[in-house]
Amino acid sequence: MSKIRILVGTRKGAFVLTSDGKREQWDVSGPHFGGWEIYHLKGSPVDPNRLYASQSSGWFGQVIQRSNDGGKTWEPVGNKFVYDGVPGTHMWYDGTPHPWEFKRVWHLEPSLTDPDTVYAGVEDAALFRSTDGGQNWQELSGLRGHGTGSRWQPGAGGMGLHTILLDPSHPERVFIAISAAGVFRTDDAGKTWRPMNRGLKSQYIPDPNAEVGFCVHRIAMHRSRPSVLFMQLHWDVMRSDDAGDSWHEISGNLPTDFGFPIDVHAHEPDTIYVVPIKSDSEHYPPDGKLRVYRSRTGGDEWEALTNGLPQRDCYVNVLRDAMAVDSLDSCGVYFGTTGGQVYASADAGDHWAPIVRDLPAVVSIEVQTLP
Amino acid sequence: MIRVILPFHLRTLARVDGEVELDVEGPVTQRSVLNALEARYPVLCGTVRDHVTQQRRGFVRFFACEQDLSHELPDAPLPDAVAMGAEPFLVVGAIAGG
Repeated sequence: MSKIRILVGTRKGAFVLTSDGKREQWDVSGPHFGGWEIYHLKGSPVDPNRLYASQSSGWFGQVIQRSNDGGKTWEPVGNKFVYDGVPGTHMWYDGTPHPWEFKRVWHLEPSLTDPDTVYAGVEDAALFRSTDGGQNWQELSGLRGHGTGSRWQPGAGGMGLHTILLDPSHPERVFIAISAAGVFRTDDAGKTWRPMNRGLKSQYIPDPNAEVGFCVHRIAMHRSRPSVLFMQLHWDVMRSDDAGDSWHEISGNLPTDFGFPIDVHAHEPDTIYVVPIKSDSEHYPPDGKLRVYRSRTGGDEWEALTNGLPQRDCYVNVLRDAMAVDSLDSCGVYFGTTGGQVYASADAGDHWAPIVRDLPAVVSIEVQTLP
Repeated sequence: MIRVILPFHLRTLARVDGEVELDVEGPVTQRSVLNALEARYPVLCGTVRDHVTQQRRGFVRFFACEQDLSHELPDAPLPDAVAMGAEPFLVVGAIAGG
């Protein structure tokens, strides 16, 4: 029987949750790296026991951990993230130039084909790659240096490169997203990049044709249809049918179109999930009700999923990297909250139950479906 | 032998218990002690001082003999008591408030 392994990054350590394919009884291991912020953990698609974790601390900086046994044991690998050349400046919150400074790794994305190759999205925004299992890191500096970098500005949480999508049908195509710069795409394995933000709108950007400056919170794709992308923008849920060349809004009947995560059902490319949040000034669900919204039509028409989720007095948030799906026949959907709960649905969102309730604030969730 | 006391998280990272004892060649300074520390425990590279600039990280402090040495020059001699192993060199995660 298949097995599910959930990798949970929290403000105070990492946790690994495991279950058989029924997804009813869960074992919880952790905290790993207790007391450290774990922004993200992820396993290699070609070697699921090869895991990478981003461990960081305001005091002691960045550490990258690697496991070769599915998270039972870990070893620190390379933590030297040095920008290529003279880093120059980006734009600070007040519009003044600010030097590029490495702070932490927000997201680790292992290669689809090689367990020793892994990408790291960092704050201040840049993309790094290791081809030796995380020992050494090189910046793909064509992104930061392609021309608009000096106009990128941090979002409220910092200027992080938070999303890395590897296109399974075009090995040299990668999408990334940065708060608050936008989406960028390379078609030549990271040498050159283009902003892909046409159609996005922001009340803070008067120029309707602005190339960059958008606070993209998350993008997602279905691996069977990688030219279709879904986006949770700061406000607005968006869709692209042309690999990011243009975007249109699909917020439809959502109660609010502000939020952070967005994900796609494992077997239905037009079934997508978001968690509406009241506003950018109030980072909690509307009316104190935690509701996942599902669209089975690729957007515009949304239904609230509430069964098993708290429908009163709930004021948690769900962060951008804290939702994931498994690939069992009945698709499992999972998300973690800033209140430390990890919720699971084994039936594509119809019914939910907490796996754990009292972890530290959850920053990220990744799910592995194991044979 | 130079004695170094690391904060909890760095002891965990380096997988050591209690004090670290280091052989330091030449003058005993912050730089020579930290060089010896990082040579013994490469996992600590970048956690006490920046990889490139070699500057002390902003929220890390150095103490010895009841003195705050955080702002001393990296090549200034450490107190004789540290150099002779009578007193430890402390790496501390800065704490604000009480």
